[in-house]
Amino acid sequence: MGKIQLKSVTKAFGGVKVIPNLDLDIEDGEFVVFVGPSGCGKSTLLRLIAGLEDMTSGTILIDGKDATNLPPAQRRLAMVFQSYALYPHMSVRKNIAFPLMMAKMDKAEMNRRVENAAKILNLADYIDRRPGQLSGGQRQRVAIGRAIVREPAAFLFDEPLSNLDAALRVGMRLEISELHQRLKTTMIYVTHDQVEAMTMADKIVVLRAGNIEQVGSPLELYSRPRNTFVAGFIGSPKMNLMSGAHARQHDAATVGVRPEHMDLSTSDGLWRGEVKVAEHLGSDTFLHVDSKDHEEPLTVRANGEFQVKAGDVVYMTPQADKMHRFDDKGLAIG
Amino acid sequence: MARQVSRQRKIGMTILAWFVGFLIFFPILWTFLTSFKTELTAISIPPQFLFFDWTTENYVNIQAQANYFHFMMNSIYLALGSTVLGLIFAIPAAWAMAFSPTKRTKDVLLWMLSTKMLPAVGVYIPIYLLFINLGLLDSRLGLIIVLFLINLPIMVWMLYTYFKEIPVDILEAARMDGATLRQEITQILAPMAVPGIASTVLLNVILAWNEAFWTLNLTTSNAAPLTAFIASFSSPQGNFYATLSAASMLAIAPILIVGWFSQKQLVRGLTFGAVK
Amino acid sequence: MATQHSQKLARSMMAPSVIALLIWMAVPLAMTLYYSTLGYSLYNPISTPFVGIENYTYFLTDPTFIAALTNTMVLVVGVLVITIGGGILLALLLDQDIYGVNIVRLLVIAPFFVMPTVAALVWKNMMMNPVYGVIGQSMSAIGLAPIDWMTDVPLLSIILIVAWQWLPFATLILLTSLQSLSSDQKEAAEMDGAGALSIFWYITLPHMSRAITVVILIQTIFLLSIFAEILVTTNGGPGAQSTNITYLVYQQAISFGDIGAASAGGIVAVILANIVAIFLIKAIGKNLDA
Repeated sequence: MGKIQLKSVTKAFGGVKVIPNLDLDIEDGEFVVFVGPSGCGKSTLLRLIAGLEDMTSGTILIDGKDATNLPPAQRRLAMVFQSYALYPHMSVRKNIAFPLMMAKMDKAEMNRRVENAAKILNLADYIDRRPGQLSGGQRQRVAIGRAIVREPAAFLFDEPLSNLDAALRVGMRLEISELHQRLKTTMIYVTHDQVEAMTMADKIVVLRAGNIEQVGSPLELYSRPRNTFVAGFIGSPKMNLMSGAHARQHDAATVGVRPEHMDLSTSDGLWRGEVKVAEHLGSDTFLHVDSKDHEEPLTVRANGEFQVKAGDVVYMTPQADKMHRFDDKGLAIG
Repeated sequence: MARQVSRQRKIGMTILAWFVGFLIFFPILWTFLTSFKTELTAISIPPQFLFFDWTTENYVNIQAQANYFHFMMNSIYLALGSTVLGLIFAIPAAWAMAFSPTKRTKDVLLWMLSTKMLPAVGVYIPIYLLFINLGLLDSRLGLIIVLFLINLPIMVWMLYTYFKEIPVDILEAARMDGATLRQEITQILAPMAVPGIASTVLLNVILAWNEAFWTLNLTTSNAAPLTAFIASFSSPQGNFYATLSAASMLAIAPILIVGWFSQKQLVRGLTFGAVK
Repeated sequence: MATQHSQKLARSMMAPSVIALLIWMAVPLAMTLYYSTLGYSLYNPISTPFVGIENYTYFLTDPTFIAALTNTMVLVVGVLVITIGGGILLALLLDQDIYGVNIVRLLVIAPFFVMPTVAALVWKNMMMNPVYGVIGQSMSAIGLAPIDWMTDVPLLSIILIVAWQWLPFATLILLTSLQSLSSDQKEAAEMDGAGALSIFWYITLPHMSRAITVVILIQTIFLLSIFAEILVTTNGGPGAQSTNITYLVYQQAISFGDIGAASAGGIVAVILANIVAIFLIKAIGKNLDA
């Protein structure tokens, strides 16, 4: 079981309120991602759950029981740190076994669990090496191994992939998702990378300045962003947000349309523009277009190859049913 | 770049570097050689470089005539005593500063450093009179305390810079893994801190061994270490070069070896972590 | 974790060191200050009348003081010039690709570990003795008149001995700093068309400037209190030609038994050292933020 509830949680460092007031429910077995720009309080929130920071006020329940004043070790949570935080003077085996040794587990069960974790994570060949002799990806696996042997109520991941290179990151992303499928344990995952959030999460929590901007499944957030911040943060490339005349035409303060929701043509369409930069990826074509109708250049995505180059004239037509409308407070309308 | 040129350059640089190295090392080498000469060969003109009758009689003589062993034991007592005392005080202080820093930590560190800059003569007179009154003059205990105090700032600083490098993440991971404070210290922190503590010990032993203001001014014979023993050769009692050389070699050899092993840490300790 | 509890614990862990150093610094210094206002002679310790600033006027107007002050400055500056200049050259040399660089390093840093009394006596007798010393014999061998170092140029002799001891320190620190210079920077400068000399002047030297500052300041602290080297070689003489402030205070106290004047001298030395210390603390404190 791993149901975690935060009730009216606040946290202040000195006089600075990092988390003004926050409520959140995390269901058992869910993969929850906290996402937001740096400094949004997502790591602090994770550390509050872990018990590594004291809350200023509020309550945290784990499986219905008050854990507000429990020390980290007694919360039955395991954490994977951004820096991996492996013990440099211990072998991989001892690193993974350490939490079990602390729990005074018997030798046979401990060995069974360590061997099992090593097998799941493909670490069997390195089990007697020190962390210093491992690559970044292997260290990451050891850190995960150390977390899973405890069979915790929930896993906490603090930007675990940010120290890996791009190719490895994609691989580890898959491995963590597979691990979740297999263990079905609650996972809370902190990242600033919305792609990680979109690909891994059951539920995304978008944070800004310590406040929850929106909670929902990746597709909910994508198709129905609650406000302009979420609209701009989720989705890549970013949604085009336009104010002024076009917004007024749609009875809104701001309208948004995603790059993939515009039809492109070289002959006719609603908006005329001149291509500034064309990025041909083969599978997609991204165009950055200057248009007299808009102050900001627009980003447009075409499926497959679209034969234009910088300086060419293109016409763009937004798909009417994919337009997002926001009021003057930035909140979604309708 | 032409390989030939860079190879020639390498050989040229090598010769130059070895020549300069030899020149700087020469006084020590010469002392070493002289220590195996008879007093007569030691002052022969022209000087004998390698081809003389090597003898170890000087080494035997210093012990027999001057009771060298007594002074060496004092040096060891002072160096180790002040170091152990220093560790007892410095480890907790550096620990607290590295792991629970406050706004004032930096000021405390700098203030400690500033005590190191107090010239010895500024406090020499009262300490001297105090030692007379307390009967600490020429006692090992008194000197151990003084050496401990003058090196304490360096020890705190050095340990602080080492402890600072231990990532806080690891301590938190241990806490999450269920380690108690005791286990955190004995199983995680201690093994990681040992290299830093070892370097600090080495540097402090070197500094205490070679300290030559307080050891000369607060001792006469009982507690006199090797610095004072060697200084006694300065009295005009004739030129006993070979004996002086043998005594000198014995006085510097242990620390020279320790020093060679700890050259990296030396930079760090003596610059208070400003150059790593 | 910064909780109330750990703050209190931290303070109690620091307390012993802070208190020990506070006592070590404040008590004797206050006593020195107090003694410096007394007419206090070791030969007549019963009567110690208050004399105000008389000890200071006596100490500061003593021609020996002026000589000692000058000697202290010459000693510090002389050693600094030799060790910094030599240290930069040596660091550049040891940074080159050479065979057996580790052994050369050991040879170069060795003098630093030699205790001051040994260094001074070895140089005085076996190197600088006009008759039997290696330097004297070498000079005679090539037909030059040997120099009687300790009598003719006592201060220079001490400068050379001390410089020999401190050259390794400067070299080691400058070399460490030199090796932390990324080769990218040098290569970028090379691509920009800079020659070896320009690279040294515009890239290497500025990079080392902080290390040089640190060397200057730390050495100055130690050089201001040179003592053993003078005690075992020249005894400050001939006359006061190689007496520095530290040695002068020692003489006042031990040879003349004048505790009052010696204390005044000690205070003067503290003030001198403080001037240097302020700069050093600033330099190191700045580094602490980085």
